[in-house]
Amino acid sequence: MKVHVDMALCESHGQCVFAAPDVFAFDDEEEEELVYEPSPGPGRRAAVEQAVLSCPVRAVALDGGAG
Amino acid sequence: MNGPGSVVVVGAGLAGLRASTALRERGFTGGLTVVGDEPHGPYDRPGLSKDVLTGRRTAADTDLPIPAGLDARWRLGRRAVALDRVGRRLLLDDGTVLGYDGLVIATGAAARPWPGPGAPPGSGVHTLRGREDALALRRALTKGGPLLVVGAGFLGSEVASAARALELPVTLVDAARRPMERAVGSVVGSVLADVQKAAGVDLRLGTTVTGLLGRQALEGALLSDGTRVAARTVLLALGARPNTEWLRDSGLRLNEGTSGGVSCDRRGRALGADGRPAPDTVVLGDAAAPPHPLPGDGSPAHLGIGHWSEAVDRADSVAAALLGQECPAHETVPSFWSDQFGLRIRSVGLPQLADRTEVREHDPVRSRMEVAYHRGPRIVGALTVNRTSRLAAHRERIKQEWHQRTIPV
Repeated sequence: MKVHVDMALCESHGQCVFAAPDVFAFDDEEEEELVYEPSPGPGRRAAVEQAVLSCPVRAVALDGGAG
Repeated sequence: MNGPGSVVVVGAGLAGLRASTALRERGFTGGLTVVGDEPHGPYDRPGLSKDVLTGRRTAADTDLPIPAGLDARWRLGRRAVALDRVGRRLLLDDGTVLGYDGLVIATGAAARPWPGPGAPPGSGVHTLRGREDALALRRALTKGGPLLVVGAGFLGSEVASAARALELPVTLVDAARRPMERAVGSVVGSVLADVQKAAGVDLRLGTTVTGLLGRQALEGALLSDGTRVAARTVLLALGARPNTEWLRDSGLRLNEGTSGGVSCDRRGRALGADGRPAPDTVVLGDAAAPPHPLPGDGSPAHLGIGHWSEAVDRADSVAAALLGQECPAHETVPSFWSDQFGLRIRSVGLPQLADRTEVREHDPVRSRMEVAYHRGPRIVGALTVNRTSRLAAHRERIKQEWHQRTIPV
């Protein structure tokens, strides 16, 4: 499973962090930069799918496609 | 599987699309018809008050992608006008009758019109809800100001921000003492007021519009403090009302006292007049009034939240309910956002229920805030400004707090 976040679209809504906190996180408190695990284990699929669905700017993609 | 053979989804916006998608994902293979009163397929509304107004994005950019394999029959440009629950059929405005086994009500909400006194001038008066509204307002703003915005909630504040980005003179009027006060409370509202004023907005709080001036074209407005403001364009941002008039004689319970939405249980099943959930009718999005726990007293209240996240978070459990499938309770925490004047406002929970606001960080130089909202001893909401990294922990606490309580309805 491959995850990709289009950082040009990301507006720090944080919805992906809510849906899959072990895959997405805000790194540096100062910069508020989103970081993520690009190859999470298969057990995280449902949570990542929820992150894809809940991103208001559709910046999160799974397996290279919007699905 | 004893699910419905055919489903009609009334409403082709975010909620209608997400409900349809969830039905297919849960294995529904029957006929799926989506009725929408606009000529467009599904599109996303949040950008309409921001980037579409400034021209940074086009209206087409708001199109929502239709998942492959949705296999829906689209009845666009058609409005449902009546529902016969006993006969399981609904009437469209062109006289078509659609039968169904399962029904999804996702008709959204409409902007509240000018309440008077008097009729508004023939041109120059806008509301903003749909894509055509946004394009019309965009055309008006490109001709120049001044712009008068009536209502300093989310929508009014965001449009004021977009108009200032276009360097138009903007007057923003609200009866409350602070912008967005109902949603974010007085502490954050005061900070927003300062930001809006610093951005050049002529902010008139504790004030109402007592009349719109001009017979054909708008010329301005009279305010309750006796002053008169000139305006070429006015945006009425007075809130929204669920599109549920077509259900008036359906026997479904409309939540007239608060929102006008269709009262439903926590899985989205519409409540009949007797208060019992209908197995064949669910409701999602701005037309829905689902029960929310009121932390502190444990009683649920049917609230029309109207946030984007409601349609998204509840779609799966609503689809499961309509298909008669078991579904683990989706314990959602509402969330909303607003981008205005360079501020990324992000919130979770229901801050409007709070009786106390705890400011955990306020850095005016970097325009950062972290605020927790409490009701009695319990947290009910949180809000950050340019500080989303702090939100997830609050959301977790709210979730724990709320879901200790069972919601009987």
